[in-house]
Amino acid sequence: MDGSLGAIAMQPDLKNTIKPSNRVVILGALSAMATAAARIYAAEGAALVLVARNEARLAALAADLRARGAVEVETAALDLEAEAPQARLHLADWAKRLGSVDHIHLVYGYLGDQAKASIDPTELTRITVSNFASAVHWCEAAANILRAQRHGALVAVSSVAGDRGRQSNYAYGAAKGGIALFVQGIAHSLAGTGARAVAVKPGFVDTPMTDGLKKGGPMWASADQLGRALRRAADAGGPIQYAPGKWRMVMAIIRSVPAFVFHKTKL
Amino acid sequence: MASWGRVIRANHFVARPRFGDELDGFLNGLSADRPGLAVGLRRSYGDTNLNPDGRIIDMTSLDRVIAFDRETGVMRAEAGLSLSQALQILVPAGWFLPTTPGTRFVTLGGAVANDVHGKNHHAAGTFGASVRRLKLLRTDGGAQEIGPGNALFHATVGGLGLTGVIAWVEFQAVRVPSSSLDAEDTAFARVEDYFDIAAERKHSFEHTMAWVDCSVGGAKLGRGILSAANWYAYGDVAPHRELPSKTVPLDAPGFTLNTMTVRAFNSVRHELKSMRSGPYRSHYEPFLYPLDGIANWNRLYGPKGFYQYQCVLPPATARDGVAELLKAIATSGQGSPLAVLKDFGPREAVGMLSFPMEGTTLALDFRNRGESTLRLMADLDRIVAAASGRLYPAKDGRIPPEMFQAGFPKWQDFRAYVDPGLSSAFWRRVSG
Ligand SMILES: Cc1cc2nc3c(=O)[nH]c(=O)nc-3n(C[C@H](O)[C@H](O)[C@H](O)COP(=O)(O)OP(=O)(O)OC[C@H]3O[C@@H](n4cnc5c(N)ncnc54)[C@H](O)[C@@H]3O)c2cc1C
Repeated sequence: MDGSLGAIAMQPDLKNTIKPSNRVVILGALSAMATAAARIYAAEGAALVLVARNEARLAALAADLRARGAVEVETAALDLEAEAPQARLHLADWAKRLGSVDHIHLVYGYLGDQAKASIDPTELTRITVSNFASAVHWCEAAANILRAQRHGALVAVSSVAGDRGRQSNYAYGAAKGGIALFVQGIAHSLAGTGARAVAVKPGFVDTPMTDGLKKGGPMWASADQLGRALRRAADAGGPIQYAPGKWRMVMAIIRSVPAFVFHKTKL
Repeated sequence: MASWGRVIRANHFVARPRFGDELDGFLNGLSADRPGLAVGLRRSYGDTNLNPDGRIIDMTSLDRVIAFDRETGVMRAEAGLSLSQALQILVPAGWFLPTTPGTRFVTLGGAVANDVHGKNHHAAGTFGASVRRLKLLRTDGGAQEIGPGNALFHATVGGLGLTGVIAWVEFQAVRVPSSSLDAEDTAFARVEDYFDIAAERKHSFEHTMAWVDCSVGGAKLGRGILSAANWYAYGDVAPHRELPSKTVPLDAPGFTLNTMTVRAFNSVRHELKSMRSGPYRSHYEPFLYPLDGIANWNRLYGPKGFYQYQCVLPPATARDGVAELLKAIATSGQGSPLAVLKDFGPREAVGMLSFPMEGTTLALDFRNRGESTLRLMADLDRIVAAASGRLYPAKDGRIPPEMFQAGFPKWQDFRAYVDPGLSSAFWRRVSG
């Protein structure tokens, strides 16, 4: 009799008894596509660490993910660009909070304004630091964890803009292209370990970041579609993935257009 | 931008906040000279969700659950959460929406602002009846958390978005034993029989509604099928698939209406032809949301769009009134092949402008053929007015002001609660 009472009293809290489907860190969790991916993980019963700048917004997203089935949601409010040199320490801390880490998604970035960047060094710095110079630290720190544990995945968001330099956004394009090469290299270094790295290259995505543009038509994808692509990339597919997949063909064509033709366009 | 009926299109300045803390900033810019309007998934057909050349706050990215208690079934969520997403969370935990309109692609804010009803109105009342609390932001003075008993709350439920921007909604879900329904179809040969069957069924079934065949007149006028259902007591709880299986990609040319709509309504049509009766078991998705499997089905009506007409007639006049309406529709040859009939229960309305009242509601689509369609609807208006009925503002976008004011006698009281910084094409039209 008192044995069973004891068993009840000693029952550990729920958090520690339910095993999460995956332990996931999302860098830039407040972007629309990151939120979409996080909700898929939540419905699967994952444990997550959400990282972004705004504490109150992170708390609101965390509550949403708990309601949607996440077994544990932690938040870390920090500036991912400024904190990049401490990436190893932060990732180690978050892995400890979750017990370990299976998937790391790098989703933050900054589109910026090419015309402004051409005359304003601050804008140029922000575009290249946000999309490349800071991102490489997070990717390398993630790669070190994956290499050591020999399982799990790094998924970083690149862009089709990184496939060819264009007058309208070459700063952003170069940074996003750079991060794809970096992650491709990590994927190579992880070959045979069981761990993986993927750069996902979205085309046009209907998110607040692109609200100034004219939208609609078959080449536009929703943030939800991209969220599914990010989630899938953590489990399967090659090191460079276009999202949606039809962009692979489109970009192959755009890359192959000779300069004397390309230079006549305003792309 | 257009509403679901796609008859009225207009330019808008659209803001799309993603975080609740951004709302204050958008509201500050609004005034009587530059009024705004919050909108959800724009499933209203007419002009209640339009504000031509004005500001629109698209609430659909504010879709986070704030809290869901799996023990009590109380959910509080941002107003842009769709009923579809809410179900994804409720159903696996053994809960369901207290009531739901015939599409799950509406937001909580839209469900409150139109105080929507479902097939279980006679048992559950409107959506507003389940709302425990909501947060309202006004352009003329801050945020308020209000609930039943508060006059502003009763103005806001069914308040067509005019009393403030709803930031979040807290509602009480209902327990369900499974995600399937035990349903039963009963064919009726004449509309009089509908009333007898419906009156009897509503005591033993939570969900009831009837399809009426509008394509035949004469002796077969008003034949149809009444579906009634209760939750199946033993099954498992599995939510619907979130993605639609079919899409109508572009405006269908007008002439495809018949073939395509017939396909969309095919199963019902088939049953109607054979006048099939009997029991069956169905997951809630096809039973409650027969059209949601086809995305953008409103495009089937072609580029000119369509009207939906929905009225409710009180019990005393419903039998004769509905028969008269059906006759006028059949004679015109303009109606969609199918109309929906449903009895509302006697529950007192929650909102000052809530559409449902005790009686029978009739709803059907009319493809927009210009003048002749408007003339037909004006004829129907006369029948509805003579029967002391009213029209659903969410539906047709052309309700004449007299018709609105006669149908909703509390509209004068309601005026006092309208936020001066908010307005809609509908409101300017009917309150002038
Ligand atoms: C196929 C189909 C079937 C339907 N079946 C039914 C049915 O069975 N029963 C029924 O009652 N209705 C039904 N409807 C109508 C639909 O339920 C209502 O029009 C509903 O209000 C739509 O919600 P929405 O999110 O699309 O809102 P919208 O159409 O975008 O807006 C509707 C109103 O809500 C206001 N609003 C929206 N969000 C907010 C907010 N956050 N704060 C303040 N105001 C807000 C708008 O200003 C507007 O006045 C049906 C519609 C379709 C397309």
